[in-house]
Amino acid sequence: MVQLTLPKNSKIRTGKTWPKPEGATNVRKFMIYRWTPDDGENPRVDTYFLDMDTCGPMVLDALIKIKNEIDPTLTFRRSCREGICGSCAMNIDGQNTLACIFGMDEIKGDVKIYPLPHMPVVKDLVPDLTHFYAQHASIMPWLETKTNAPAKEWKQSIEDRKKLDGLYECVMCASCSASCPSYWWNADRYLGPAALLHAYRWIIDSRDEATG
Amino acid sequence: MANASDNRPLSPHLQVYRWPLNMAMSIFHRITGVGLAVTAILVTWYFLALATGPEYFETASAVLTSWFGDIVMFLSLVALWFHFMNGIRHLVWDTGSSFGQRRVYRSGIAAIVAAVVMTIITVIVA
Repeated sequence: MVQLTLPKNSKIRTGKTWPKPEGATNVRKFMIYRWTPDDGENPRVDTYFLDMDTCGPMVLDALIKIKNEIDPTLTFRRSCREGICGSCAMNIDGQNTLACIFGMDEIKGDVKIYPLPHMPVVKDLVPDLTHFYAQHASIMPWLETKTNAPAKEWKQSIEDRKKLDGLYECVMCASCSASCPSYWWNADRYLGPAALLHAYRWIIDSRDEATG
Repeated sequence: MANASDNRPLSPHLQVYRWPLNMAMSIFHRITGVGLAVTAILVTWYFLALATGPEYFETASAVLTSWFGDIVMFLSLVALWFHFMNGIRHLVWDTGSSFGQRRVYRSGIAAIVAAVVMTIITVIVA
């Protein structure tokens, strides 16, 4: 059912404002969603200030700097820092993106960071993706064949391989599904763009023989 | 910790998402569609009043040409042209053509401009 507002326990309150770095001339303001399961409080938005002269260019650089130098309790997922693992997907400046490849020069004004939209929050910027992964598993995302396995490998023409371009690259960061209003409100019945893309990726694969 | 997942908050969605053009056009296509259904009832009522008799037609005409009726009809006109122009995009998409972020964005701008131009023309002519 469509619920346009947030449930009572999810309403966001104004949080703590952390002190500005001393002696910095190039300061930027960050407003970051915080929630911890430990205190029974509602989510809040904390305000941080960073000296941009000593910070890397990407949003992930800023998050790591905050965690290292200001507030070690700030929690987020990250791994590859180059856009290939999809761990640091979050809502930055009103759109879902990867923090590691989103440059802060692309943002006008304050940097606002929230977890992926309409997901249960585990802590701070970490959403619970259990349902999302289960949907991916439900489309059986692997090669299914009926003929006997060849001695060496399943071969594919260059043309057939080209059909997978634009599909195989998906790293399951959940940015697309979590930006889709249909998915927000009907994820119990709708697989969402990511799972459907993966379904198509196997249907169009010339080697896959379980295409229905 | 056993019940930790029960009280997990829902992350903000409409509250924080910046509306892309496509999202706005999609929802306004639906809103204008519903609105135009209401307008269609109004227009049908107008014709029924015309068929019923001059006195009833006077009443209906007075309602629809009052300042409030003018606002409703003008908004309906905007809705009609927006829905019409955006509907053309949907017909093109139904043929499997003109997808891709840049083309969808461009056709969206084109539909809005066309709707505004046609609204102005209609207001001048009518």
